[in-house]
Formats: sequence, structure tokens, C-alpha cells
Amino acid sequence: MAQKKFNWSKYSQLMLPLISILLIVVFNLIRDPSFFSVEIAKNNVGNTVLTGNLISILNGASELAVLAMGMTLVTAACGGQDISVGALAAIAGSMFVKVLRSGEITVGSIILAFLCCCAIAIVFGAFNGTLVSVFKIQPMIATLVLFTCGRSIAYWINGGATPTVESPLINAIGSFIPGVPIPTPIIIVAICGILFALLLKFTTLGLYTQTVGINQRAARLNGINTTLIKLLSFMILGVCCAVAGCIGVSRLGLINHETLLLEIEMDAILAVAIGGNALGGGKFKVSSSVLGAYAIQALTITLYAMKVPSTAVKAYKAIVIILIVVIGSPVVKAYFSRLWARLKKSGKGMEAV
Amino acid sequence: MKKFVALLLAALMVLTACVAMAEADLITVGIVNNPPSESGYREANVKDFETVFTAENGYEAKTYYSLKNDEQLAAATQFITDGVDYLLISAAETTGWDEVLTAAQENGIGVFLFDRMIDCDPALYNAAIVSDMANQGKLAVEWLIAQNLEAYNIIHIQGAMGSDAQLGRTGALDAQVAANDNWKLVVQQTATWDEAEAKKITESVINAKEAFNVIYAENDGMAKGAVAALDEAGITHGKDGDVIVIGFDCNRWALREVLAGNWNYDGQCSPFQAQVISDMIQKLEAGETLELPEDKKVISEEKGFDAATITQEDIDAYGLGE
Repeated sequence: MAQKKFNWSKYSQLMLPLISILLIVVFNLIRDPSFFSVEIAKNNVGNTVLTGNLISILNGASELAVLAMGMTLVTAACGGQDISVGALAAIAGSMFVKVLRSGEITVGSIILAFLCCCAIAIVFGAFNGTLVSVFKIQPMIATLVLFTCGRSIAYWINGGATPTVESPLINAIGSFIPGVPIPTPIIIVAICGILFALLLKFTTLGLYTQTVGINQRAARLNGINTTLIKLLSFMILGVCCAVAGCIGVSRLGLINHETLLLEIEMDAILAVAIGGNALGGGKFKVSSSVLGAYAIQALTITLYAMKVPSTAVKAYKAIVIILIVVIGSPVVKAYFSRLWARLKKSGKGMEAV
Repeated sequence: MKKFVALLLAALMVLTACVAMAEADLITVGIVNNPPSESGYREANVKDFETVFTAENGYEAKTYYSLKNDEQLAAATQFITDGVDYLLISAAETTGWDEVLTAAQENGIGVFLFDRMIDCDPALYNAAIVSDMANQGKLAVEWLIAQNLEAYNIIHIQGAMGSDAQLGRTGALDAQVAANDNWKLVVQQTATWDEAEAKKITESVINAKEAFNVIYAENDGMAKGAVAALDEAGITHGKDGDVIVIGFDCNRWALREVLAGNWNYDGQCSPFQAQVISDMIQKLEAGETLELPEDKKVISEEKGFDAATITQEDIDAYGLGE
């Protein structure tokens, strides 16, 4: 019994994103029972592929899911959010395009391009991290710098407005690998998820991050290098930005540095919030944020399917988000746990009788 | 340190004075524009001005780029203080310019607006050379009418709501749909110029299994996004395909898609205003008067490119970017 109770509290954080997703799923099934049906089709290149809203949601949320993973770590360690992820992804994407355009596109050059874009993203991530960890600037203010100038930097890297890269290999990354019916971005997210899980399971990073987030002073007195942990979280987020940027570029084989992953920082922060993570730092659960990311994408696709007028999309989105956030707020949570306790008590009373 | 800065400033002043003296016979123009990083359109626009307003053509050009209206206003004021002969402006916002333009007039500085209009008395400027976004929409819709489809089921992907390009390009289509029973918008949604969003919107229509035969995307990037969704779903498009694809802006890569027959039509949004302005300035310098309509608006000549008739020469001449 005690064992079971322990498990509940361990996974209770997943409740909020799961409830959000469930709400959207039920709403859609009532509206259109075939909404989540998945079908097999043949695409214009001749591959057999899976299509349907479910695939669209999983596929479309890929960049957001990867960014939410990194954002969770930064939030936990620093007690603040990075608002420059969209801009940094644009920089990374530009670098990716820059390297690819300098020669023939082969598997080797793609790997090289990805490594280069990881490197530049880590450098900028470290820049953000240094401002936060060494100079003790509020994360939102520190990352405001890159948020403001990031897309201009992305422009400088390539010069042109929408440079294109055309190759079946790029298409395989952004769309489908021949013979694999699942969109590649979904596979990339799965790989990132596994890497994150391994990183948190087999290193002390997770524990240290949480400790720094909960009480920085206590962490330092216990011998944890708090500066390094914070810096590390920003560098990992940098890698996430690089992955997201590469997926974004590969989807269409072009980069528009002004619109690539535009305003995604807000969605990434929202994913962390819906995931039930403490935005002031401390306890965190990466999987919960990823579920939050899928909830947000499901909401967007639902609004498109409902043909909400283009001028009203954001308002509708806001209403649903208010609902989700209020349900997850401490006040409402406390109310429900009191209600639960009372129900349990009265249930026990009944048993006694 | 202070001394050093003062020395540097003095040196700079002397240098500017020298340069000014050397180029005294040139016509000075102050250009206030948006930065080239704004879009492919702006990039071509800036390049156009750089190639026309050169010393060889008899100009000394000073340029200032900003997306912010207040910074642009400050730059324009500075240009007036510097005593330029002409002020060329593509304003970030349509309001707030009266004072600056009045000051320019008082100082005998000629003013030309390009690309974007300003809300003010036309007496305050010599001429405005602008694109007519509504006309671009009209051209595309007229082309679409000429295709003589039995029914038009359109996926309409809009740009950032409220922008000039969105309003103009949406207006023509909306009017046509409202007036004809066989024209229907399967979906009308904004992707705020974002390619990936355009793909998602198109996917949602495909997933709902609704019939459509036209994609009307308000810029090239969004058209590319929509086409990616068609490709993944195995729907043919372009010249010999099931779905007609329409884009705008004439990026070079987009025109190549039209030439290859993957798209059907691309509407031009001309960024080439420099030569028209230069011709007008030369006229004014020669003491002639400009022949202009009452509102002083000169509409840039723009056209659309059809997959059936486009040539490589068109791409070389009108394509933007690489």
C-alpha cells in the first residue's frame, strides 16, 4: 500500500498535461469521431507513409518538444526561462544551411553541418548561461539580449532572405526516410527523449540541477558547483535549439530567419508550465513538459480543424490555456486535494458503519 | 581618454569636410529605409537603391536602416540638419511624419516616399512610388478566373493579419468568393508568413478529407509549406496536377518552381523603385515639373508569372534573392 502511494506522488506531476491532452482528445472525438484516425498513403516521392491528425500533431510538435526538454532543465536550475530559444534556433538553422551550401550535400556534410550548428548554439547558450550564472542576471533579462539580436545574427550568417537547400537527404530529415512510414522528426524527438532519460538516470545532473534550483546556497555549501550546473543547463538547451533549428530547416529545405520557429519561446515556456514544473526552479520532470508540448500542438491543430477565423485563433488559444493553467494552479489543486481527503474520510466513515 | 576621443572626433570632422568638399557637385540624397534583413523583398529593394544612387550616377547617398519609426524619424531629422537635397523614405509606420516632412519642405528639401505610404497631406512630398497590394491580389484572382474551373475550392493561407500585403491580397479574393457561388474558401487561416504553419494548415484540410483544388498562399514561403503538405499526402499539384498553387513575391527559387511546373502562378511585388525616383530627381534638377496624378501616387508596374508562359529570362530579370 505504501509502495503504491509513493508511486502516485512520483507520477502526479504528469496529471495536468495528461488531463489537458485528454480534454482535447475527448472534445475532438465528440466533434468528429474520425479525428484521430491514422491512414496509409503514398506520397509524391512514392513512399508509403502514415497520415492523419494524430501524425500531424506528433510531427508538428517535434521542435517544441525538443525545446521543452531543454527549457525544463534551465527552468529547474535557474528558476527562470530562456526567451531566446526561437532566435537561437534561427541562428543554428542558418549555420546548418551555411555549411550545407558550401559544398555538395552528403551524409557526411550533413553530420558536419549539424556539429557546426551544435557548436555555435552551445557557444550562444554558454553566453546566456554566463550572464545568468556568473553575472547573476535574471534569466529573462539575460536572454532578452539574444532574443533581440538573434534573428539579425541569423541573417548575417547567410545574407540572403530565404536561402534554400535542396537534396533528398534533407527531405529525409524533415519529412520521411524512404521505407520508413513515420515522419523523421518524430523519430528525432524519440532519440532526444532517450538521450535525456539516460543523461538524467546515469549522471547526477538531475539531482544537482534540482538541488541548485531549490536552494542555491545549500547546494553550494554541499560542494555543488552551482555556476557550472546553471551554465550546463543553458548549453544543453543550446543543443536542443540546434536540433530544433535543423528540423525546422529540413522540413521545407529553406530558412526564413525571421519566421523560423517564431514565438516558440512562449510555447516552450508554456509547455514547461503545463507540465506542472515549478517555474521558480527546483523539482522538474522532462517527460511532463514533453506531454505539455504535445498538448499545445494538439490544441493548435484542433483550432485549425475547427476553422476558427484567422483573426480569433490567438484568443481561442488563450482561453484554453487560461483553463489549463487555472486547473493546475496551487489554489485549485489544494481545493481538490481537500475534497479528495474529505471524500476518503467519509468513505472510511461509511466503512466503519 | 577624453583627449583621445576629442582628437578622434576632430579628425573625423576634418575628414567629412574633405569628403564633402570633394563631392560638392553631387546631388545628396538621404535614404531612410527598413533593414535588408527584413525580407527578400527588402534585400532586393536596398540593393536596387545601392546600384542606382551611386557617385557614377551623380549622387551622394546617405542611408539609414531601421524597423522602428522613432529611429527613422530621428535619422530623417539628422539628414535635414545635414542639408541633403532629397529625402527618400520608406516609413516603418504610416503616422508621425508630419513634423519632419514640414521641416524638410521649409528647408527646400525634396521628399519622395517609396514602397510605403505615409498618412499626411500630399502637399508635403513630391511623389510616392508604391506597390499596389490590392492590384497584386486582383491580378492573381483574374488569372484564376481565366483558368475556367467548374468549381473553385480554395485553401487560403494569409500573411500576418493587418499587414498591407495581407489586406491587399486577401481583399481581391474575398470579393470574388463573395460574388460567386462556385467559389468557396475551404479554409481561410493566417500562418503569419510562417512556412511551417502553412504546412500544418494544409495538413489539417487534407486530414479532414475536404476537397480542394486551389492553394492561394499570400507569399512564396507559405506556398512552399502548403506544397510540402501536398507532397506528403501524395496529392499532385502544378501545371499538370490536381491542385493549382499560387504564391506571391517572386523569389528566384519560387519562380524556378513555376518554371518547373510545380506551381502555377507567382505574383510580383516589385522592389525596384530607385530608377523611377532617380528619373524624377533629374527632371526636378533640370527645372522641369513632374506630371503626377492628384494624389501624387505612382504605382510600380507589377505582373504575375504563369507556369505556361514563364521563361528563364523572366527569372533572371524579376527574381528576388538568389
